[in-house]
Amino acid sequence: MAKKQYAFYPGCSSQKGASASNFLTSIGVMCDKLDIQLNEIPDWNCCGASIGYAEGGELPRLVLNARNLALTEQNMPGMDMVSGCPACWLSSRETAERLQEHSSLLAETNEALKEAGLNLKGHVHARHMTEVLIEDIGYAAMKAPVVKPLEGLKIAGYVGCQTNRPFGIAGESFENPMYLDKMIETVGAEAVKYDQKVTCCGGALAFSEPEKSQKQIRSIVESAYDSGADMIVTPCQLCQANVEIYQSEINKKQGTKFNIPVVYYTQLMTVAYGGSAKDAGLNGQLIKADKLEKIANK
Amino acid sequence: MSDLNTQAVMRYKNSFLKEVEERVEDGYWVKMCMQCGVCAGSCPFGPHWEHSPQKIFMMIRAGKRDEVLKTDSMWMCTSCYNCIARCPRKLPITHIMHGLANYSYRLGLSPKGQPNQAIARLFWNNAIKSGRVNELTFSLAMYFKDGIVQGIKNSLAMQGIGLGLMKAKRLNPMEILGGHTCKDKGSIHKMIAKAREIEDRRRGLA
Repeated sequence: MAKKQYAFYPGCSSQKGASASNFLTSIGVMCDKLDIQLNEIPDWNCCGASIGYAEGGELPRLVLNARNLALTEQNMPGMDMVSGCPACWLSSRETAERLQEHSSLLAETNEALKEAGLNLKGHVHARHMTEVLIEDIGYAAMKAPVVKPLEGLKIAGYVGCQTNRPFGIAGESFENPMYLDKMIETVGAEAVKYDQKVTCCGGALAFSEPEKSQKQIRSIVESAYDSGADMIVTPCQLCQANVEIYQSEINKKQGTKFNIPVVYYTQLMTVAYGGSAKDAGLNGQLIKADKLEKIANK
Repeated sequence: MSDLNTQAVMRYKNSFLKEVEERVEDGYWVKMCMQCGVCAGSCPFGPHWEHSPQKIFMMIRAGKRDEVLKTDSMWMCTSCYNCIARCPRKLPITHIMHGLANYSYRLGLSPKGQPNQAIARLFWNNAIKSGRVNELTFSLAMYFKDGIVQGIKNSLAMQGIGLGLMKAKRLNPMEILGGHTCKDKGSIHKMIAKAREIEDRRRGLA
C-alpha cells in the first residue's frame, strides 16, 4: 500500500534536545506502522504560539505562519500540513482560515512575504496529527498493528486546551471530547473517567504565574489519582511538560506526594505496536512510566 | 504619556469603542457582546482578572479608556480558548483580549513589570531572532528578567528540574551557543519588519 504523504511541521519543542524531543522520537514507529510518511517542511519557522501576542501583533503573527504555509505550498504541492503540536496547529490553521476569509489581510501578508521571496495562494489545509489519525486512518486501522495490547493499564486521557479548542476534532464536543479515550482503548488500555480532561494547565503562564498555574496542575493530577489512573496521556507538548515537571515543585511547596507519569498518545501507540522503550522515547520521562516500560520490554 | 497615546486620544476623543473597532485585533466584534457572562465564568484564571472580559466589553462601550488600557486583566489570558468555545455569539474573545493587551503595550499604557507581559515579549523576540525558539536562552531570560540576584535565585530554585531535563535529553546546555536556527532567518527578519510597518500604518501607530 502506498504511504499517505503529509507535509510535516514538527515545531520548536520537538527538536533534538528540546522539551518535547521524545514526542518526535515516538511518532517514528507509529507512523511507519500506519503507513504515514511525514515530509519535513524545509526551513520551517516558529509559529509564535499564542503567547507571542504582546510583541507580535496580528499581521506579523499571520506572516510568520504564512511563511510555513507558503513553503508547504511551494515545496509539497497538494499535501496537507500536519503538526504534532497543538500550538503550531492552532496558529497555522487560524492563519490559513483568517487569510482565506479576509482578502485584504492576504494581500498585506503577501506584501510582507515578498521580502522572503515567497507568495501564498492560501490553499493549504493545516491539520493536527490526531485529526489525521482519526479522519484519514480511523480507529479500526489504528487497532490493526497492535501486537502488545496495553492490558491492565489505567489511563487518564488529558486532552487539554488547544488540541480541543477553538477547532478541536470534527464531531467531538469541546466540553467532553471522547477521541483520546477511544484511542487509549484502541490500544487495549482502560480509559478512566477523568473530570479534568479539558482543564487548562496554565500554558505558557506556568512560567510567569507559577502559583496560579500550579493550582491548575494540582487539580489535573489529583483528579487523575482520584480516578485510579496509573498515568496521564496527552496530545499536547506544553501540557505534558507542565503537568510532569511541576509535580515535584507542588510536592515541595504543598507536601503532596505526586509522582504520576505523563506520556504522549504516540508513546502508547508505539509500545502497543511493538516498539521498544527507546523507540517510544520513554527515556525522556522525568517521572518514569514504569508500567508502560514493562510492557515495552516484554 | 507616549506620543502615540496622545495622538490616539486626540483622534478618537470620546469614542473609545470606535478606537477599539479600528485599531484592536478583532475589535469590531466588541459591540456584539450580549453581557451573558459565560466568558467570565469559564476563564481558568478568572479570579485573578481585575475586570472579566464581559466587564471589559461593557467598559469599552462606556468609554472607560484608561481603566481598560491600564488594567493587567488581559495579561491573565492563558490562551485556553474556553471563552471562544462557549460564547453564544461566537465572539473571538481570546483574540480580542490579546489585541487589547498588544494595543495597550504599544501605547505605553500597560502595567510595567507585569510578568505575563514580560514572557509574551521575551517569547516573541526569542523566536524571531533565529526563526525558532531557543528554550534554554528563553528560560534564562525569564529567570533573569528582574535582575541578576533574582535570576540566580530563580535558577537555583529550578536547578533540580533543569538537571532532570538535561538527563532526559530535553534541555541542551549547548543551546547557549545559538542552537537550532532557520537558514533563512535574514528573510524572516525582513518580512516581520515589513509586516509590522504595514500594520502600524493601518492602525495609525506608524
